[in-house]
Amino acid sequence: MTKITMTVNGKTVSGDVEGRTLLVDFLRNDLRLTGTHVGCDTSQCGACTVHVDGVAVKSCTMFAAEADGADVATIEGQAAPDGTLNAIQAAFQEHHGLQCGFCTPGMVMAAADLLKNNPKPTEAEVRHHLEGNICRCTGYHNIVKAILAASGQDVSQLAAE
Amino acid sequence: MYNFDFEKPTTIADAVAALASDEAQALGGGQTLIPTMKQRLASPAKLVSLTGIAEMKGVCQNDDGSLTIGGATTHATVAAQAGAYPALAALAAGIGDPAVRNRGTIGGSVANNDPAACYPSAVLASGATVITNTREISADDFFQGMFTTALEEGEIITGLRFPVPQAANYQKFEQPASRFAMVGVFVAKFADGVRVAVTGASEDGVFRWSEAETALADNFSPDALNGLAVSSVGMISDLHGSAEYRAHLIGVMTKRAVAACS
Ligand SMILES: Cc1cc2nc3c(=O)[nH]c(=O)nc-3n(C[C@H](O)[C@H](O)[C@H](O)COP(=O)(O)OP(=O)(O)OC[C@H]3O[C@@H](n4cnc5c(N)ncnc54)[C@H](O)[C@@H]3O)c2cc1C
Ligand code: FES
Ligand code: FES
Repeated sequence: MTKITMTVNGKTVSGDVEGRTLLVDFLRNDLRLTGTHVGCDTSQCGACTVHVDGVAVKSCTMFAAEADGADVATIEGQAAPDGTLNAIQAAFQEHHGLQCGFCTPGMVMAAADLLKNNPKPTEAEVRHHLEGNICRCTGYHNIVKAILAASGQDVSQLAAE
Repeated sequence: MYNFDFEKPTTIADAVAALASDEAQALGGGQTLIPTMKQRLASPAKLVSLTGIAEMKGVCQNDDGSLTIGGATTHATVAAQAGAYPALAALAAGIGDPAVRNRGTIGGSVANNDPAACYPSAVLASGATVITNTREISADDFFQGMFTTALEEGEIITGLRFPVPQAANYQKFEQPASRFAMVGVFVAKFADGVRVAVTGASEDGVFRWSEAETALADNFSPDALNGLAVSSVGMISDLHGSAEYRAHLIGVMTKRAVAACS
């Protein structure tokens, strides 16, 4: 076992992990942060997307020990402490960017990663950025719309689907 | 996945020492190795992470204009920082998806030599040099067939040195589900000739298409490739495409790459 310490959503946490413990398992099983989902476990779907030192990664394809000393952000840290949703989460709600919600934590974290570097993306840029995030319900349209809306752009002209 | 010991050294020397033991394996970004270990197709007793080694990260331009890229540099960093070699930066920006690019490394990709990977075509077409902890290997000697390279046991790619061509372009015909190259062609035009490297297509992994190189050296235009064809013998045939289809795509993608160069 290796002892690891990292910051998760601003709080310092520690734990003992095996070499093979994946970051997503440490988050879900040890820290009980079950908002980060495991869809495929084969690095295809992006449901497990979190931020490590400010960039999006698939937490099913990174060992927890690799995140020792890192600054990790998960879906649980996105809303304000009083529960007020952040702009991206609110836009997903407003624009019906989710149906079953399974992919949503990963979508929100991927969107946050995009908007940090590209605050006013085009529709094509949003779609391109979401290549690694699979949704089996929505057909993506309302997810793209929500992200464009969260970036402060007018989406009233986007076709409703 | 079977369990293993995990080490994260901060220098190349410590990494090489840690890799000297039996059944130890290097871990780059893990974007290939972790899925492989989950399937129990690899079961190292020890993983030595290369991601904490500062001297193996980053892109720098040398006095002669060539670029040296650390072996543990992520695809995202190459995409952002290899602007002096635009075709290489564009190739890196097209690998997988953003999260894969934030973890996956150039050294891991080149060491793995997946027949459908993008980077090997850039390394071979550029005539790049693979730098390891013990020696320098030219691209022509490095790739030795699907998943096979000149690397010895425990040898790690610490960096790669790319001469910057006068013009270059990479065209990838994506396998739509995996986003790997179904066929990818990298064309690089230098003062003394043209190099064309093809990935995704051959059962022997990345290879140079020498007929196209000769034709393009005389006349660097898509038309120079008219009438040239790659034989489908030895091409990959799977549910995504037949050997004949891949052989045909090589011609198409090479023309597109040349057109995008000029
Ligand atoms: C969803 C998805 C899509 C992808 N799409 C593409 C694509 O379009 N094009 C593409 O080219 N690739 C693609 N990849 C693969 C990706 O580029 C990997 O990052 C890369 O192939 C391996 O790099 P890594 O750093 O993750 O290596 P790892 O997975 O850590 O290691 C791979 C192998 O290389 C060895 N190794 C690692 N680093 C070194 C080193 N410095 N020296 C010597 N040996 C080393 C390891 O021991 C292991 O055998 C994709 C991967 C995923 C998950
Ligand atoms: S669970 Fe990690 S990518 Fe699907
Ligand atoms: S809302 Fe169901 S998977 Fe995306």
